[in-house]
Amino acid sequence: MISFRLNGKPQDVDVPGDTPVLWVLRDTVGLTGTKFGCGIAVCGACTVHVDGRQRRACVTPVSSIAGRELTTIEAIGDDKVGRAVQDAWVRHDVVQCGYCQSGQVMAAVALLKANKRPTDADIDRAMSANLCRCGTYARIHAAVKDAAKAIA
Amino acid sequence: MLRLMQQSIGGIDRRSFLKVSAGSGFALGAFPLGAQTPAAGGALKPNQQPSAFVSIDADGTVTVTIGKIDIGQGVQTSLPLIVAEEMDAHWSKMRCKLAPAGEAYKDPLFQIQMVGGSTTTKNSWMQYREIGARMRAMLMGAASKRFGVPAGQLKTESGFVIAPDGRRASYGELASAALAEPVPATVQLKSPQQFKLIGKPTGRLDARDKSSGRQQFGMDVRLPGMRTVVMVHPPVFGAKVARFDAARAKAIAGVEDVYQVPLAGGATGLAIAADGFWPARTAREVMHVEWDTSGLEKADSDALLARYRELAAQPGMRATTADTSALASAPQKITAEYTFPYLAHTPMEPLNCTIDYRGDQCTVWVGSQFQTIDQAAVASVLGLKPEQVTFNTMMAGGGFGRRATGTSDYVFEAAQVAKARYAAGRREPMKMVWTREDDVRGGYYRPMHLHRVEIGHDGKGKVLAWKHMIVGQSITMGGPFEPFVVKNGVDSTLTEGVAESAYPFPIALEVHQPKVNVPVLWWRSVGHSHNAFVMETLVDELAYAGGLDPVAYRRSLLREHRRHLAALDLAVEQSGYGKTRLAAGRAWGVAVHESFDSVVAYVVEASMRGDQPVLHRVTAAVHCNLAVNPRTIEAQVQGGMVMGLGTTLPGARITLKDGVVQQSNWHDYRLATHGHMPPQVSVHIVPSADPPTGIGEPSVPPIAPAIANAVAALTGKRIRSLPFEA
Repeated sequence: MISFRLNGKPQDVDVPGDTPVLWVLRDTVGLTGTKFGCGIAVCGACTVHVDGRQRRACVTPVSSIAGRELTTIEAIGDDKVGRAVQDAWVRHDVVQCGYCQSGQVMAAVALLKANKRPTDADIDRAMSANLCRCGTYARIHAAVKDAAKAIA
Repeated sequence: MLRLMQQSIGGIDRRSFLKVSAGSGFALGAFPLGAQTPAAGGALKPNQQPSAFVSIDADGTVTVTIGKIDIGQGVQTSLPLIVAEEMDAHWSKMRCKLAPAGEAYKDPLFQIQMVGGSTTTKNSWMQYREIGARMRAMLMGAASKRFGVPAGQLKTESGFVIAPDGRRASYGELASAALAEPVPATVQLKSPQQFKLIGKPTGRLDARDKSSGRQQFGMDVRLPGMRTVVMVHPPVFGAKVARFDAARAKAIAGVEDVYQVPLAGGATGLAIAADGFWPARTAREVMHVEWDTSGLEKADSDALLARYRELAAQPGMRATTADTSALASAPQKITAEYTFPYLAHTPMEPLNCTIDYRGDQCTVWVGSQFQTIDQAAVASVLGLKPEQVTFNTMMAGGGFGRRATGTSDYVFEAAQVAKARYAAGRREPMKMVWTREDDVRGGYYRPMHLHRVEIGHDGKGKVLAWKHMIVGQSITMGGPFEPFVVKNGVDSTLTEGVAESAYPFPIALEVHQPKVNVPVLWWRSVGHSHNAFVMETLVDELAYAGGLDPVAYRRSLLREHRRHLAALDLAVEQSGYGKTRLAAGRAWGVAVHESFDSVVAYVVEASMRGDQPVLHRVTAAVHCNLAVNPRTIEAQVQGGMVMGLGTTLPGARITLKDGVVQQSNWHDYRLATHGHMPPQVSVHIVPSADPPTGIGEPSVPPIAPAIANAVAALTGKRIRSLPFEA
């Protein structure tokens, strides 16, 4: 049994410790907002926060988050920065297919929590680790800047 | 991709299209292909009935069930927008649902349920307007009875029917009575001047759900007791399992069993079923499998290139004819060889398909672009009739053509696993999930191509002769679309963008369509993805050779093509081309290309960093006739620009060695990232009131040549391949 906090509540799971957090969320707990894209931490679709820092859930063994706080896209809207990012995403009509956007939002929140006034170069650097095959980057960029203004 | 198919249909006799046969997937047959107009006596077809598309709740919420899948292109918003416009509904009350496979949801032109060829808005435009107008007429009929006022004296506004004396009834109040009203066969549609919603930039209906993890994709389907299936695919296309040892795999906790199943294209593979993805995926790592590859061609990209080069030197199938005798005597010549690699679609959501098979019936959940075809494929595998297969369309995490295969490859595969499990007594539903590696190595690529072009010209912009050879696999030969796409032995998806180029050049075009053991498919913008690159870089080169401005040269050549000119002029004007003085080390690059009945022009501003270009600014202009939702059009141009830009990046290619695909995931098959976006991107739309044309694909083809033309302006070097060399 591995215990951690999931979106503010205690969570116990009975799975092998090397099971990636992604599959614990999707298959064991039943939270499907965190997406499977590559399985090797190159696309960012599975981005979650562990103790407030972004992690790639597809390569994070669940044993490594024992006793920690795991936050997923399902709960990030309860957070002031998370809500601001989601609102900016809607205002800028960012999404197309939308499959990568859980990860994009989580990455943007992590960026804004670490850096309240990111420059264009900061945004480029931080967000380049999250792929979008539809090519929504221009709107993501504008939405991140707008969200930064909203929380300033 | 299917624009040509439509042309062919129109050109033949509009009599027949695909017929799905229970035996082998499809055959051609007598599938009536009628126009949208109602038959004599006013009988409406299922795809003209409002009841199949519109439901209104008591609170006034209007749900539009669309027959098209949304793969990101935004039809989940633009089709309800079209219905709401003619209904006079209030936009805030609109919702959308994706229809399952069904008769009413077949495309009025294609006569199957599908998305492709940037045709959704174009083909659905009149259909969805009429549905909205019929619904409005029925609401007015119900209100007429309630108010005791002739319908002709009523008006509608924002979800209400209003009587001359000011009495109002909401659509919600009238909904059930309206459904009992007769469905009018003919309806008066609005004129474009009356549009209130169409033409207004409108946010997507799914924006909030997709920004908060609430949107359910095919990958997210969860059913009680459901098993997850991970496949073991052959290393060489068409290979069969020779022997395997599943003992270690089955020893992993949670693994149900391993099944050997037939795959599309005559191969066989293995399916590992488990109580979750991770045990199945872990089991795959310890499976011992030996493959039989005897008799199979083992494709090798380098060898293929050499073979294509040899083929290009030999006479091919003729696609267009022109006199090339002036080549020998022309004052100047351009001789160019272009090469393009295989490309994988890699939609963000790995392919998956969920099946609940109960023997005499079956339910499927999948993000399919070809519902009719895929439903029939499942039925065929399971020995059912298509109507015994409930086929749910799931929101798809990207497609770009990959979810539209004539062989139904991954859906066929999932059905085979369902059949094998059922035979073994397993009754739980299953979800087959491809890994990214399965996707990158799974074939169905944009084909590899080689072009060889010889141009004789006078050194002043006049082309005297143009001999053009394209070598590449046919996407459609041997499949269900061949009769509509292949003309006189030439696959028109191979030649589109050259054969019917808007430029008045005397092009003698020939093709070779070699058979190669690599499955190929349409990839967003299809033949235009390479042909526009060749045409637009050569036109640019001709301008430079003649000492002519590349924009002025194109304008003079395109003077008969008002939509090309309008798009080009708008991009040029908005970019400041010819007026703004660029910073040292920067240059302009221009390209304009028509595909899927729309024209996109780009003016880019670039500099060099080492041997790679850096984009500073992109100005795009599009002519897609009437802009239903300008915000979606902007998104599609921005996104297509990124996808096209991605094809220039070193690493954006699929290669094969000894029959094995050498890339496996996004670490070695490169996509454009956020950092590749130029800091300034603007999209401009040419105003028009003509019926809308395609927008999903036309922005892809012209961006790569615009960048290459900027590189040539900066370095004097003409780029002849995609991706650009590292």
